[in-house]
Amino acid sequence: MVEKIPKKDRMKVPRQVMPEQKPEDRRKNFQEVPYGLTEEQALIEASRCLECKNIPCVAGCPVEVDIPGFIDLILHRDYAAAARKIKETNSLPAVCGRVCPQEEQCEVVCVLAKKHQPVAIGYLERFVADYEREHKLTRLPEIAPPTGRRVAVVGSGPAGLTVAGDLIKLGHEVTVFEALHKPGGVLVYGIPEFRLPKKIVQAECDFLAEMGVKFKNSTVIGKMDTVDELFEQGYDAIFIGTGAGLPNFMGIPGENLIGIYSANEYLTRSNLMRAFDPDDYDTPIIHGRNVAVLGGGNTAMDSVRTALRLGAENAYIVYRRSEKEMPARIEEIHHAQQEGVQFHMLTAPIKFNGDDQGRVVSMECIKMELGEPDASGRRRPVPIEGSNYTMVVDLVVVAIGNSSNPLVQKTTPGLETNRWGNIVADPETMQTSRKGVYAGGDIVTGGATVILAAGAGKKAARAMHKFLMEEVKK
Amino acid sequence: MPKVLDNFQISPLVWKMRVETPALVAKAKAGQFVILRVNEHGERVPMSIAGLDKKKGLLTIIYQVVGKTSALMTTVPGGGELSDCVGPLGVPSHVEKWGTACLVGGGIGIAPIYPIAQAYKEAGNKVITIIGARSKDLLFYEEEHRAVADELHVCTDDGSYGHHGFVSDVLKKLLDAGSKIGMIMAIGPVPMMKVVTNLTRSYQVPTWVSLNPLMIDGTGMCGGCRVSIGGETRFACVDGPDFDGHKVDFDLLSKRLGAYRDHERKAMKHFLAEPGCKLADAVRDFKYPDEK
Ligand SMILES: Cc1cc2nc3c(=O)[nH]c(=O)nc-3n(C[C@H](O)[C@H](O)[C@H](O)COP(=O)(O)OP(=O)(O)OC[C@H]3O[C@@H](n4cnc5c(N)ncnc54)[C@H](O)[C@@H]3O)c2cc1C
Ligand SMILES: Cc1cc2nc3c(=O)[nH]c(=O)nc-3n(C[C@H](O)[C@H](O)[C@H](O)COP(=O)(O)OP(=O)(O)OC[C@H]3O[C@@H](n4cnc5c(N)ncnc54)[C@H](O)[C@@H]3O)c2cc1C
Ligand code: SF4
Ligand code: SF4
Ligand code: FES
Repeated sequence: MVEKIPKKDRMKVPRQVMPEQKPEDRRKNFQEVPYGLTEEQALIEASRCLECKNIPCVAGCPVEVDIPGFIDLILHRDYAAAARKIKETNSLPAVCGRVCPQEEQCEVVCVLAKKHQPVAIGYLERFVADYEREHKLTRLPEIAPPTGRRVAVVGSGPAGLTVAGDLIKLGHEVTVFEALHKPGGVLVYGIPEFRLPKKIVQAECDFLAEMGVKFKNSTVIGKMDTVDELFEQGYDAIFIGTGAGLPNFMGIPGENLIGIYSANEYLTRSNLMRAFDPDDYDTPIIHGRNVAVLGGGNTAMDSVRTALRLGAENAYIVYRRSEKEMPARIEEIHHAQQEGVQFHMLTAPIKFNGDDQGRVVSMECIKMELGEPDASGRRRPVPIEGSNYTMVVDLVVVAIGNSSNPLVQKTTPGLETNRWGNIVADPETMQTSRKGVYAGGDIVTGGATVILAAGAGKKAARAMHKFLMEEVKK
Repeated sequence: MPKVLDNFQISPLVWKMRVETPALVAKAKAGQFVILRVNEHGERVPMSIAGLDKKKGLLTIIYQVVGKTSALMTTVPGGGELSDCVGPLGVPSHVEKWGTACLVGGGIGIAPIYPIAQAYKEAGNKVITIIGARSKDLLFYEEEHRAVADELHVCTDDGSYGHHGFVSDVLKKLLDAGSKIGMIMAIGPVPMMKVVTNLTRSYQVPTWVSLNPLMIDGTGMCGGCRVSIGGETRFACVDGPDFDGHKVDFDLLSKRLGAYRDHERKAMKHFLAEPGCKLADAVRDFKYPDEK
């Protein structure tokens, strides 16, 4: 156990800075940007925690990770136990430690945040999870005796993976159906390697497989089997976690020119199909010199930073509101700025121009100003008449959000959806309008976060277990 | 991993592969397609369903060597495996009773039009099939089509076999002769589908085409397969691949298919130059149409 320092002195310890690749180096490679804390740093960082009685940080975390609890285990140098403590409520700490928007969840409410800097909860979460994995300390949890109940999980994003992990532990038989050839959802096809190495996602899936979860990749539910056919095949309960994978476009002239990608396509080519490594992988990707990414969320930051790494001379973020309204994580905006991304705020494209081969060569934009707040509470951008100008671009990535993919909804009679096509589910049990069918993650909320999807999976698993044991007779 | 039962050459650059995918075959219908990868590092390539043996769970794919991945496919031996094969994807062809259905297959389109012809036949239509290729040696599946069609017309561009001329010429003759054709479905290279739809527009016969834009996921997730139908953007993998031919913007489709031309050619050159890669002579000598 590391000697605890008096509380008043703890506040004087500065927040540890995570070492990371230098911007000028990393903008040329796809390796992970932050290296992770050293053990020494993790211990210092952990020693800053004040062990508050009212634990505001825990309330800030959507899945209520026992933050002081796991931090205390770090101080006992029992990192694997700390990781296991987190996993009691969050099955994906190595992922969440890296991609959670801590600055608006657990860390923003840390008492230290008021006068000093908050405890680096995300860094610590990542540290213990990496430690556990790298030192091969992951132990298979106790698996309850078989219940004879069978569960189908549709979609292998964070929501589906969480459901699978929780239900297999309870003794149910679990099969995960995934449309793509690899499980992980956005974690494998969307979020780039430099932010979330794919081997981490793979390790999570391997771990589930070791516990007995069956993965059926390359299986599109709604095309192969429908939800009702899964029931006919003997599945007793079904979880739908198909995500928000239908890209929105702007609907402006020239949008189908070559060189205009949805962020999903651009990132899938680069991440899932590994087009960034052309010596080893066959899928092509357009390498733009002047690249404009439209949007201001994480997806936009991931796209623009990918473009830099693929050799862009100029990589622009074009966003119709101001920097303050950008939904991306602050850390990612900083990273992008450091790497040399140029931000064009209060700007909206209105038209794309192409050459005779149909390739995009320029984009006409208009400047915006902020007007009255709209339904989302953010000030609405209003075009400034006559402010049009042209940007030279040879690659455009449209990252203005996703809608829900309708494949499962369309083929499941009686499954209630809202007007955006999202599946309607009870916020506590995640049960849908169909008995035995549960849903969670982006398919219910629309594009949200990894931890919210995982949290929905937790809730669903709890309710599904109850349903399986009480209402399914075997 | 899906097992390849057999894989053999049926014309200079066309191969026929049968894959054991019973679950997929059980669900699949004419007009749908699959996406496969040959190996872990490979591309995801869409391939039409060219035949379904529901009893044996066999999927037939007929593919033409046009670049690296299709060339690589020829190297998978019978008894070998594909990395993965997902499907059935897309909406099945809209098969109903029209009276007389005219099915037009050009080039590699001769393959996917075959199960569609079968489906139309089973639905009680009189089936007129027109198939065509550049020359006699490039023609395949004539016997298969003859067994299904009530009336089969075969043509070659160079006149080396059957009618001398394009499939659209034969179609025009039939329409001019007053054949009571209720609907037309045309599958083939983009220029051929364009010519056919331009022709049938003036005869006001409903004409479907099956579009083949570049695809990645095939589930509507990426939007890479977008096509313009009557001025509206649609995703061919989930909204198609069949569309009303009279509304398709074929020029856009053509252009978008050329998006990776340089990359593809380089990849193919490298692949052909690879020592020790077991390719048939025909593939080894592969030339792009505009090369000598
Ligand atoms: C580029 C990008 C960056 C992001 N960055 C962050 C971040 O930094 N932090 C954060 O918290 N969140 C981030 N997000 C959001 C986060 O990734 C999502 O909220 C989360 O992944 C949603 O999880 P999910 O389980 O609901 O679905 P997904 O992760 O979308 O997974 C759904 C899976 O279901 C599969 N599927 C769909 N339909 C079918 C079907 N019919 N049959 C079988 N399988 C099907 C899909 O192929 C997919 O694999 C980001 C999102 C994107 C796109
Ligand atoms: C729904 C659908 C059904 C298809 N059915 C068949 C079929 O039954 N038989 C057949 O031989 N071919 C079919 N194709 C086309 C086939 O997918 C491509 O020929 C193949 O992907 C080429 O890969 P390559 O690496 O050999 O060639 P590349 O060198 O990559 O490309 C050569 C040519 O093929 C086209 N092409 C490349 N990638 C794709 C892709 N992902 N999708 C479509 N076209 C592409 C390119 O425009 C280019 O003209 C179909 C395509 C679609 C979309
Ligand atoms: S899961 Fe996310 S929000 Fe919760 S404690 Fe961990 S990093 Fe913070
Ligand atoms: S609020 Fe901050 S200091 Fe208090 S227990 Fe949580 S992490 Fe520790
Ligand atoms: S192939 Fe990706 S949406 Fe059609």
